[in-house]
Amino acid sequence: MALVSDKLQMQHLAWRAGFGEPLPLILSWTDQRRKQTVHHVLNGPKKQSLIPVEVISATELPDYKKVKDMSAEERKQVRKMNTQGVKELNLAWLQTMISSEHPLREKMALFWHGHFACRTQNVIYNQQLLQVVRENALGNFGDLLSAVSKTPAMLQFLNNQQNRKQHPNENFAREVMELFTMGRGNYTEQDVKEAARAFTGWGFDGDGQFVFRERVHDDGEKTVLGKTGRFNGDDMLKILLEHRQTARYITGKIYRYFVDDVQLDEDRLATLSDKFYQSGYDIAGLMKEIFMSDWFYDTQHVGSRIKPPVELLVGMRRAIPMEFEREETMLLFEGLLGQVLFYPPNVAGWPGGRSWIDSSSLMFRLRLPQVILYSQELNARPKEITPEMGEGARYKMTLELNESLRKLYARRVNARINWQPYLDAFKDIPRERLADEIAGALLMKNANANKSLLDKYADASSRENYIKTVTIDVMSTPEYQLC
Amino acid sequence: MLILNRRRFLQVGSLASAAAMMPKFLKAFEKGQLVPPGNKVLVVIQLSGGNDGLNTVIPYRNDIYYKMRPALGIKREAALSLTDEMGLHPSLTGLKGLYDDGAMGILNNVGYPNPDRSHFRSMDIWHSASNAQDYWSTGWIGRYLDAQCKGCDKPTQALEIDDTLSLAMKGEAAKGLAFVDPNRLYNTSNEAYFRDLMRTHEQAHDEHHNVDYLYKTMAETISSASYIQQQFKTYRSSESYPNSALGKNMKVIAELIMSDINTKVYYVSHGSFDTHVGQQGQQERLFKQLDEAVSVFVNDLKKNNRFQDVVVMTFSEFGRRVGQNASGGTDHGTANNMFLIGGGLQRKGLLNEGPDLTNLSEGDLQYKVDFKSVYATLLNKWLTADDKDILKQQYAYLDFI
Repeated sequence: MALVSDKLQMQHLAWRAGFGEPLPLILSWTDQRRKQTVHHVLNGPKKQSLIPVEVISATELPDYKKVKDMSAEERKQVRKMNTQGVKELNLAWLQTMISSEHPLREKMALFWHGHFACRTQNVIYNQQLLQVVRENALGNFGDLLSAVSKTPAMLQFLNNQQNRKQHPNENFAREVMELFTMGRGNYTEQDVKEAARAFTGWGFDGDGQFVFRERVHDDGEKTVLGKTGRFNGDDMLKILLEHRQTARYITGKIYRYFVDDVQLDEDRLATLSDKFYQSGYDIAGLMKEIFMSDWFYDTQHVGSRIKPPVELLVGMRRAIPMEFEREETMLLFEGLLGQVLFYPPNVAGWPGGRSWIDSSSLMFRLRLPQVILYSQELNARPKEITPEMGEGARYKMTLELNESLRKLYARRVNARINWQPYLDAFKDIPRERLADEIAGALLMKNANANKSLLDKYADASSRENYIKTVTIDVMSTPEYQLC
Repeated sequence: MLILNRRRFLQVGSLASAAAMMPKFLKAFEKGQLVPPGNKVLVVIQLSGGNDGLNTVIPYRNDIYYKMRPALGIKREAALSLTDEMGLHPSLTGLKGLYDDGAMGILNNVGYPNPDRSHFRSMDIWHSASNAQDYWSTGWIGRYLDAQCKGCDKPTQALEIDDTLSLAMKGEAAKGLAFVDPNRLYNTSNEAYFRDLMRTHEQAHDEHHNVDYLYKTMAETISSASYIQQQFKTYRSSESYPNSALGKNMKVIAELIMSDINTKVYYVSHGSFDTHVGQQGQQERLFKQLDEAVSVFVNDLKKNNRFQDVVVMTFSEFGRRVGQNASGGTDHGTANNMFLIGGGLQRKGLLNEGPDLTNLSEGDLQYKVDFKSVYATLLNKWLTADDKDILKQQYAYLDFI
C-alpha cells in the first residue's frame, strides 16, 4: 500500500465526500488530524437543521382529485406548473450542491437519488422524495428505505397503487428486492409474489400522503425468504433488512460509488458490510469507516473515478463561482453529458463509471470549460426526454420541457465569472510555480498537464490572464474528468 | 478482379497505400456512378415516441379497426393499397413505390414478451435487446461493434448521426461515434491542444485505469474524426435531399456509404411520434418527412449502384393502443410493424399476416415476432456476425434476407 501525500489525501477526501474544495480549505485540512477533518465532513459545520430544497408548496398546486373536473385551460396551467417545477427543482438542488457547507449530505443524496431511481412528472412528489432522501442520506438505511418506499413518487412509479389483494401487482415488491435491498439472485420468483401480497394496500391519497388501505390488503399468511407469517409491508422491509445480503449489497454499491468501481477488494467489503450490519445500518458510520481507513487514500484509488456529470458541473462551479445568464443552461449540460436529475434512464439508475464516457460526451466534457469560461456557443442538443407513462396529458409536459431545451441550444453560453476568490488562492505562489500548483489543485492524478505544455497555450500577458488560461486548459484535460 | 483486390485492400485497412497504388483512371472511376458493390450496410431509422402502427399499415378490411377508431381510422379509399387486406398510410407514397418495386418488406406484429408501455423503458429494451425484466447497460449495435472492433483504433463501424450517442450504440469495450456534421466533429476533436495532450500521454497504456480509458477514447475520437472527414470529402451527392433534419442526416449517411469508409451500421432518429393528441396531422407531417428522405436516399443509392448493399430498418419502441382516445390521438400500446427496405431483400412485400384485432390483450395487440429475431437475422445474414454472442441468446432467423 502506498498512500498519497497529505495534501492530496485531503483533496481526495474533498472530492469523494463532496464536489471538491478550494485550495485554502484543503491546506487548512492538511494541517489538522484526519479524524478531525472526517468528523467535520460527516457532520457539516455545526448541528444546523436541514434546509429543504423547495420550489413549490403543496397548496400552490390544485387538488389532484379535482383534476378531472378542470377545464382544459386549468389543466394546462397545472401542467405548466409541474413542468416548470421539476426544472426549477433540478436547478435548486444543483444550487444547493454548489453552495452547501455540508457537501457530503448532497453527495450522499445524489447517490441515493440514483439508487432509489424514480420518475414522476409531479413536482410535489419529486420534491417530497428528494426531501426524504436528503433527510436520511447519512442516517439509518432502514429509515431511509421505509420512508422512500412510502413516498407517492415511488408508489406511483412502481405501480403499488394498483397492487391489490384481488389483483396483485408485483412491480413494487420486485424492485424493492432487486434494486433497493438484496440484489438479483438472492430470492425466488415465489418470494417476489409473496412479498407483493405483503405490500398490497400501500398507496397514497390526493394530498400526496401515504395511506394504508386495509380493504385491499391481503391479510393472509405469506411465506417469504424462509419466514412465514401474516406479513404487511413494514414486516416485509424488516425481513429484508434482517438479511445480511442487504448490507452486503448496499455496502458494495457504496464502495463502488465512493471508493473504486473497477477494482473490488472482497475481504475489505466483507469487513465493511459486517460492521454496517452490526451497526443496524448506520450510513454515517459506514462512511466514517471508509474515510478513516488508510486504504482509502491508497494511490490506486486516488484519481481513479470518473466524475458523474452532475459532480463535474457542481465541482467546476464550486471551484470558480459563476452565475449563468440563463440558469437553465445547466439542464442542457446535464442532457448532453447524460445525467438529467429526476430523469434516471431506468429503475436501475445511472450505471455510472465508464458508461458516462463515449466520444461525444468526452469531447463535450473537454470543451465545457472553454464554452463556459469563454462564453462560446454550444451548438449541440441533447436527446429528447421522454415521459415515463404518457397516458393523455402528461406527455405534453415533456414536450414543453424539450421545447425549452431546444431554445437554449445554439445560444452563446453567458456566465458571469467571479474569478477573484480563485485568483486569491494563488496569490502567494511565485509565477514559475503557478502552472504546476494550479494543475496540482485541480487534478487528483496528473500525468500530463505539465508546465511546458500549459505554458505553450497560456496567455502570459498578465498574471491574472495566465492563471485563468492555465486553469481553463487544466480543466479541459481527460484527467480533470477523474477524481 | 482488380476491383475485388481493391476491396480486399481496404478491408485489411491500408487505405492510404491502396489509394496510392491505384491507377489514376480507377480513382476517377471510384468517384463516378460505378462504385463497386461490397460492403453491406445497415441503416437503422428509429421512429421515436411510439409510432402508431395501425395507421401505418392499415387493416382496411377490418370492422373492428374502424369501430375502435371512428375518427382516426384511415379510410380504405385514402390508403395506398398493398393487398386486399392492407394499405399504407397516404403520406407514404415513396415507400409504396418501393413496395411495388419489390424493395420493401413489412413485418407485422413485432414486439416482445411482457411489453412495457413506458417510453424510456421500452426504448431501453429495444436498444439493449434484453428481455423485459433485465437491465442491460450495453446496446445490440455496441456489442456488434465490440466484436468488429477488437483491438482496432477507430470504432467507425457504427455511426450515429446525432449530437449524443444512443444506448444501442454502446458496447462493453467499444462505443460508436455520434456526430451531425463530419466537419464539425473533425474541427472540435482536432484542436491543437487536444492533439498535444494526446502526444504527451502516448507512453503509458493500461486500460485498467480510467485515465487511460479516457485517453484511449480521445485518441479513437481524434483518429475516427480524421478518417470520417477524409472519407466524407470523397463523395458529394447530387441529389436534392429535403431540408428536414432527417433529410440532412440521410444525406450524410448516403455520402458516407458512397465513400470507402468501413462503416457497417448507421443510426438515425426521427420523431416524435408520441401522438396522444392530434395524431392525424402530426403523423402525416412526420411520415411525409420520412417518405421524402428515404425516397431520395434510395434514388441516390440506386444511381450509384449501391442499393443492393443496403438495408434500411425502421422501428419504434412500441405501437399504440387499438382504440383511439378522447383527444384525437392514441395512447401507448404494444406490438408494431417494421419496414425493411433494400435492393437485396430475399423476401419482400408483406412478410407475415397483419394484426389480429380479435385477440387483444387488455385492448392491445399481441406480438407474434420477437424483435430480437429481426436483429439476429440482420446480424447473422446481412452483417455476417455472431448473433448469438451479441444477443446472448439464439433467436430464430427470419427469411427476408
